[in-house]
Amino acid sequence: MFNLYGLYILFAREVWRFLKVSIQTILTPVITVLLYLLIFSSIISASREMLPGVNYLTFLIPGLMVMAMLQNAFANSSSSLFQARMNGNVVFILLSPISDFEFYLAFVGASVVRGVLVGFGVWLAACFFALVPIRHPFYALILAFFCCGSLGALGLVSAIIADKWDHISAFQNFVIVPFSFLSGVFFSISDLPLFWQQASFYNPFFYFVDGFRYTCLGVSEVSVFTSLSVGAGFFVLSSSWALWLLHKGYNLRS
Amino acid sequence: MDAVNIENLGKEYGSLKALSEVSMTIAEGAFFALLGPNGAGKSTLINILAGLTRATSGKAAVLGYDVRRQWRKSRYKLGVVPQELAYDPFFTVREMLTLQSGYFGLGAENRPWLDELIAALGLEDKVDSTMNHLSGGMKRRVLIAQALVHRPPVVILDEPTAGVDVALRRQLWDFIRGLNREGHTIILTTHYLEEAESMCEKIAILDRGRVIALAPKDELLNRYSWRQLRLQLTPESAVVFPSALEQKKEAAPEGELLLRLHREQDHIGEVLAALDQAGVRFSDLRIHEPGLTEVYTELTEAENHV
Repeated sequence: MFNLYGLYILFAREVWRFLKVSIQTILTPVITVLLYLLIFSSIISASREMLPGVNYLTFLIPGLMVMAMLQNAFANSSSSLFQARMNGNVVFILLSPISDFEFYLAFVGASVVRGVLVGFGVWLAACFFALVPIRHPFYALILAFFCCGSLGALGLVSAIIADKWDHISAFQNFVIVPFSFLSGVFFSISDLPLFWQQASFYNPFFYFVDGFRYTCLGVSEVSVFTSLSVGAGFFVLSSSWALWLLHKGYNLRS
Repeated sequence: MDAVNIENLGKEYGSLKALSEVSMTIAEGAFFALLGPNGAGKSTLINILAGLTRATSGKAAVLGYDVRRQWRKSRYKLGVVPQELAYDPFFTVREMLTLQSGYFGLGAENRPWLDELIAALGLEDKVDSTMNHLSGGMKRRVLIAQALVHRPPVVILDEPTAGVDVALRRQLWDFIRGLNREGHTIILTTHYLEEAESMCEKIAILDRGRVIALAPKDELLNRYSWRQLRLQLTPESAVVFPSALEQKKEAAPEGELLLRLHREQDHIGEVLAALDQAGVRFSDLRIHEPGLTEVYTELTEAENHV
């Protein structure tokens, strides 16, 4: 038995929730990325070639799209679930006939929707600076799904583990932000010293950024299939973590 | 089929035993009170039934569906009104009810029932407000409506009248009695013992995680073996009492005599005759039969003195 309608309603609730506060959840992240674009493209010569045939501005935009997707997918599930836990209204979901897996699908699904919406918003806004093509839309969608899905699952994990808002923002500021800044959004990792170049290969976000750049521009530092595989692996890992915590009932069902 | 069946239920939080070996059955259609001091384990028991807490040992079932193995079916059968006024700050009352009904797999076809609930609980004016604009009493009504969106045959109300004014409390009880008449099994916890006494047929008293009493109300009341005889003495009355009665005397205001009498051993007629013989004269007489408060106090205090 699968409570398909219940799953759909919980998913709809999650999407509806962020749409009700869309200035904060969609518009603000798009504006923030525009500011990055404005600043970095004026400091660094836009004509500088980053990858064969790719100037800095065009190089930057796919990375910024991924960064916005990562951060917003994470923010969506983590803040929604944590707020429901703190308010106590999470019990109304927990006492309804919705399974752990359905719960996971609804929250992560909404994170993917928000991440993709923000990513698309960034792309639209970036059109004022440079028209970035999307050469491989199918791969782009798959990567965006793995990227937002992984971060949505990690958002669930942190919302479950956290005891106060402080913990959520610590996870966001000490894990998500540094890893996304160091993933080669703003630079090509071949420009880095050898140690940091090697370290980048252990950063899963690097594969999302590099892979996504390939799907847009057709050039990348590692093969797109490597990026897709690492993305899939990271998605499975973070989902398993979230599902395991839900199954244990950790901090949700005492 | 029992509405609720609990066998040897135990719950430990580390070394703290919140529930130990709790067993009880609640018949379908019953009006059942779960009483006990704060921290007795009432909420733990309710949370186990609702699937919010997992028992350490034993089992629990709602209408025959095990709350762990057949959790989905048991949750369809159960509606819970939680004690805390928790709510979703993003949505209006109608949106909340629609979402909650959706979690139970019910869509537009359930709308007439939601409208009925909204009307029955007097929420028509508030359906488009978010909860933070409602008073405590209104919030309580919304929580009750929310617990009933899927027409659960078994309804648990955890202190539904805590912090609710007299008029609303009466309305809520009328509403809950109505549910019971329609065939819903009602299980409630309350600290207002008079309410439990006037409405519930069967009562369980929990104390420190154990069931210390579980009986029909009348049986429980009869179990308490003392009653009070209060006499308003006249000025010419004697003040020296027969020594046999002296030990039954309790502290009373000037001009009154208060005797604590055993239901079976002390025959009222004989006591009055003895008083008359000793020259005790009185102008008025009242007998106070024990209520749930006395029974409850005796049982829970006896436990605490062990």
